[in-house]
Order: sequence, then C-alpha cells, then structure tokens
Amino acid sequence: MKLPCAPKSLIAGSILLLGFLLPATIVWIWHGGHAPFIDIPNRYAPPSLTHPLGTDPFGRDLASYVLTGAFNTTAIALLSVTLGTVIGTILGLVGANGGKRGWAVMSAADLGLAFPPILIAAMLVTAQGASATGEILAIALFGIPAQIRITKQAAQSILVLDYISAARMAGFGSVAVTIRHVLPNIAPILIVHASTSLALAILSEAGLSYLGLGAPPPQPDLGRALASYQIHIFDHPFLVAAPGITVMALVLGFNLMGDGLRDLLERPFALNEERLS
Amino acid sequence: MKSSSVLIVLLGLGLASQASADPRDTMSIGVSIEPPGLDPTRTPSEAVGTITYNNIYEGLTRLDRDGHVQPLLAREWTVSDDGRVYHFTLQDNVRFHDGSPLTCENVRFSLLRAGAANSTNPDRNFFTNIADIACLDASHADVTLKKPHGSFTYELAWNDASILSPVSADKNVSHPIGTGPFRFEEWQRGDHVTLARNPDYWGKAPLLKTVTFRCMPDPLAASNALLAGELDAYPSFPAPEVLSRFIDHPGIRVVRGTFPFKAILALNNARRPFNDIRVRQAIAYAIDRKALVQAGADGEGTVLQSHMAPNDPDYVSLPDRYSYDPEHARALLKQAGIRPGTQITLSYPPITYARDTSEIVAAYLEQVGLIVTLQPLEWPAWLGQVFGQGKFDMTVIAHTEPHDIGIYDRDTIYFHYKNPEFHSLFEQYEATDNPEERHRLSVAMQDRLAQDEPNVFLFSRPRDTVMNRHILGLWTDQQIAACPMADVSWAP
Repeated sequence: MKLPCAPKSLIAGSILLLGFLLPATIVWIWHGGHAPFIDIPNRYAPPSLTHPLGTDPFGRDLASYVLTGAFNTTAIALLSVTLGTVIGTILGLVGANGGKRGWAVMSAADLGLAFPPILIAAMLVTAQGASATGEILAIALFGIPAQIRITKQAAQSILVLDYISAARMAGFGSVAVTIRHVLPNIAPILIVHASTSLALAILSEAGLSYLGLGAPPPQPDLGRALASYQIHIFDHPFLVAAPGITVMALVLGFNLMGDGLRDLLERPFALNEERLS
Repeated sequence: MKSSSVLIVLLGLGLASQASADPRDTMSIGVSIEPPGLDPTRTPSEAVGTITYNNIYEGLTRLDRDGHVQPLLAREWTVSDDGRVYHFTLQDNVRFHDGSPLTCENVRFSLLRAGAANSTNPDRNFFTNIADIACLDASHADVTLKKPHGSFTYELAWNDASILSPVSADKNVSHPIGTGPFRFEEWQRGDHVTLARNPDYWGKAPLLKTVTFRCMPDPLAASNALLAGELDAYPSFPAPEVLSRFIDHPGIRVVRGTFPFKAILALNNARRPFNDIRVRQAIAYAIDRKALVQAGADGEGTVLQSHMAPNDPDYVSLPDRYSYDPEHARALLKQAGIRPGTQITLSYPPITYARDTSEIVAAYLEQVGLIVTLQPLEWPAWLGQVFGQGKFDMTVIAHTEPHDIGIYDRDTIYFHYKNPEFHSLFEQYEATDNPEERHRLSVAMQDRLAQDEPNVFLFSRPRDTVMNRHILGLWTDQQIAACPMADVSWAP
C-alpha cells in the first residue's frame, strides 16, 4: 500500500503549532513554569530588544507571559482531551457492544449532551474552587459524550463485518475482539477527532479562564490575560492582541492539523466503508 | 406665503429647542459591585450604602460630604453633663414609605435591634453600649449609654444606624422601606436598582423623578456606556487606566475627589505564623508599597503607614517604618524560624485592585522565600469565610468606612488583632469629647498600629467620578459610602 503524501493543511497546521509551541516550551522551561518577573516601574514599556512585545501592567515581559500562557493552555487542553478520549472510547466501545450496559452508557451520553458545558464547569469550580485540575475535568467531561457516540458509531460499522463474526466463531470474547480487531480499525477516526477536539479544548480553556473559572494567578493564562487586559485595547493594543492572536493561532493550528490528519488517515477507512455498501 | 413658511420653520425650531431644554428628571448611575441585599443592618458592603444611604434610609443624624455630623431625623439634641444621656427631638410629619408615621418607638426598635444578641449589624459593638431608650412622647427619645461615647452622634449617622419600621425591617434585604427622599421601585438582579421620588417626603422634595443604579463591574463596558450617554455618571470609577478615554470628550468630565480608601493586606493574627510580630513586619518589609501605588492606583495614591486615609481630619503622615528591604525581611523570617518554602494562602475578592495587588504581593513574598497560593473568592464566599468567620491566612481588601480605626479593638474582627495598649488608647478616645485630646489619642492609635503592623497597610487612592457635564450636586468627595441623590439635578 502506498502512503498518500501529507496534505497541505497538515503541513500548515504543524508549522503554525511548532512556531508557537516550540518557543513556548523553551520559555516555559527557562522560567521553570513561573510567570515572568514583576517589575512595576517598568510597566507598559513599549516593544524593545529586551521586551519584543513590550511589558504588561505589572512590568512583566509580555512575550514570555503569553508564550508561557500558550504552553499552559495547550498542556491543559492536551491533558483534558487525553482524559476525555480514553474514558469516552472505553465507554463508546461498551456502548457498541450493546446489551443493558451498552444501553445505559448511551443513555448517559445523551443526557450528558443535554448539559451546557459551561454549567458543568461552573458547578465544578463552585464545588472545589478555581484550579487547573477543575478546568481539566470540566473540559474532559464535556468532550466525553461526543467521544462516546463517535466511538460507538465507528465500532459498530466494524462489528458487523464478516471477519468479526469469524473471530467470534473462533472463540474470541467481545473484549478480545474489541481490542484486537475493532480498536486498530477505528484508531484513525479517534486520532482525527482528538486533534479537532484539541482546538475546541483550547478555545474552552481560554473561555473558562476568561470568565474566571480557570486556574488562578500567578500561572500565566491566555484567557485571563484577555479578560484583565481588555480595558487597554485602546491605549496598549499589544496587550490584547498578543494573547488573542495566540489563542487564534493555536485553535487554527489544531484545526488544520485535524483536517490534514483526516485527509491522510480516513481515506483508506472511507474506502473500507465503500466496499461495505 | 414665503414669510409665513419661514415663520413656521422658526416656530418649529423654537419648539424643538424648547423640548431639548426641558429639564431631564431621570439619571442613571454606574456602580461596580452589586449589593448582596439592600439592608445595611446585615452587611458591611459598601455597595449597599451607595444605593441606600440618605436615599432610602435615614438615621437620626447624617454625615455631609465633608464628614461633618448634621441633624436629620433628629431635629436637635442635648447631651447630659456626664455624657451618658442624649435627648433627641424628632422631626415632625415623617412617614415611612409604607405610610406609617415615624415615632420614638421606631428609634427604640431600630437601635436596640442593632445591639441585640442576635443582631447581624456590622457595628453591633457600638450599639451594645446603649443601656436604654426611653420614649417621653412620640417625638422625644432619651438614649442612655452604659459609658460615655465621644463620637456617638457621628456613629448614629452611619447607614447601619438607620431608623426602620418594625413591620418592614426584616424584609429590607429585597424590599427596603425607610423614610428617605426616594422609594425603592425595582431591583433586577445583576442589572439595576431603580428608585423613585417619594412624593410624601418630609423634607425638601428631591429634584429627580427616578434614579437608576446600574451594576457595571467591567470598566470597559462602563466607559463605553458613559461615552454613548447610556450612563450619566459613575462615581468611584474602578479603573484609572481607562480615564484617558474621557479627557477630550466635550460632554463628560472627570472629577478627582477623596474618600477613605485604605487598601490593606490583612493578616490572620490568630494563626501561625502571623501571630509573630517579626513575621508580620517581615511581610511589610518584603513588599515594595510604592510599586503597589503605581500598579493599584496608577501612581495617583499614597502609601499608608497605618489604618487612616489622608482625607481623615485625624490623619498624620507617619514615618515609613517598613520601606522596601527584602534582605531585612529574610533575616526577620529566619529569626522567627520560618523556613523558606513555607506555604501561605492569599484569598481575595473579585475586584480589580484586590486581584492585581494580590498577584503582586505574591510575587514579592516569593522573593523572600514564602510560597503564596492565590485563592480567588466570589463576594459571598469572601464575606462569609474571610470577613464573617475569620478563616483565612492573608487577604487583600480596602476598608472604605470613615474613621474606623476602632475595628482594631473589636472582639470579633476578622483579622483577630488584640492588643492591650491599643485597647486602653481606644477606651480613652471613646470616653472623651475634647477635640484636641481626641486628636492626640487618634494619632497615638495610628502610631501603635504602625509599630504592631497587625495588617500590612498598603495604599490609599483618590476617587474618580466620571459624569455628564450637566450634572449638578453629585458628591465627588465622600467620607461615608454614599451617593445621596436628593440634591442632584440636571443643569438648566
């Protein structure tokens, strides 16, 4: 089988993400994950060689603040998507195998879809205070129902194939069939969904922390930066533009990557489906 | 034909300009915090006073914009020679908004309720000094104190000493009823409170028909509303950084006034390690308060040395005992046996100065080896947990009551400060009504606090009022949290 060459959107998305996340990781390691040093007399400094984007109202270097924030936002998004994908996939596979358990899982997923995500986040924060953990849980939680449905749909289209029946007749139980045959076949769909979920998770993270439901300061955070700097949109536009553009670039990057991955990975899978019909 | 049409046009213009010159009789005022309720006897929130003080509620006395005591529901009073009995004569023809008349029984009810064992009054301590209130007739009240209290009539002017009706007192949280020039009309939670002119007001009728207090915590949204003319005034504008937007605007003016704003880093004196004076002083040395004035007040404030704002008549500029010295802070912490890496939680309410100041304070304390966890709290949580129960390590808050140094002598104050020397100074202060003696004792108390540093005194800042150029009579200086609207009007 010939590997299709990488789609343009995958390349563009990867370059965009690398362009932000590589310096973000370097800065994050450089500052040990801390916010850059507060230097009040030097607040609102214009862009210069030492401060490429100038400084914020606390005299912190805006570029390193935003890059550390980008790292944090991406880390939270990655963790929550990983958590949501693992739990959602397991539950989705249970759902695909039917029976009372499957029915229960799918009903719970439908119920979950009916809850507005922001409500879940607000409830979690009220219960245990604003923290990164709460944010990760909230974002993971609202990704799970969709993950369950996608996994179930994909798994069911594999479960009706002849070789699955053959495997069953050969004596494999449903767990073994699922792990050996279903999971590898639906992996491309899951990967593509995870990468587009990342874009959504970044947006959710920024949204939650914009509303004050995210991790508390001093951890640099893009959403919180947007919320507290927005009053400066007229006098110091950099303060709003820098975190805003960073959020946009990350979301766009993960979306492009997701599109590219779909083109790359789902094409053989789609052929499978065609052969089915 | 031609001339008559010109005449008609002229007449039309005349009418049009007549219409726009008609005095407007409504006004909308921006506030940054929505009050938790409209009952000043339940909550110390400044937001309650802004809306209700001398608009809805009135007390026996009132404070004017310079902080001087003036008669209000009490027309006049005399004090016995031993300073323990006050004979008040009440105003005639005063009616509550529900139509019931004001009598001495209302005074008796309100002041005894405030000092009762189950009272929720933020100043309960003050009212427990009242031994008895005798009603000679409907318009005379004799208040007997347990011990003389030099500033008794001053404190009767506070919003939590408002005179209420026993029928409505418990429902004032959502349906406030008082004797003031405005009646409560409606409260849309999260949006606005509307007051309407009280047609049966006993005093001079207010000039405006309705006043709407709109809750606009976001400075950007508030400044947009002011620029668009949707909001007429915003006393105590929360973000000095945004004021530059109004500078060249022809219809808006910004007035810089004063108010008793005292931002402090309150420390829980009952908890380790803050019960050790060396730790408290170390924290004070570790923070560059001049930098905080820069960040928290845009450079337009004053570094505080004690719990007294510069606009207080008793304010003295004390020497700076704790100028920024991280080396000395580290040494003091070491002496007190505090290891680097000690964890402390700093809780703060959701308001710009508190959030910004907390973040900066945390950064300074990390420089001397303390690890600070920042804990943002919503107002109800802050009022309950920190202010109500005193369960916290450190918090950033601004006290905006005038002349409130007495809170350092309270048994139930949230930062749990107790000091016998301060107590004796405050006792002497309360007992005398000699102005020079009171000033001397007040200065001594300020100095005592500066030495003891129960809390780290941070900064005071001016009060900026942004308002339409045609508004007359709005308070731009204030001693007490208030926005009395009875004398406010539109310029003709």
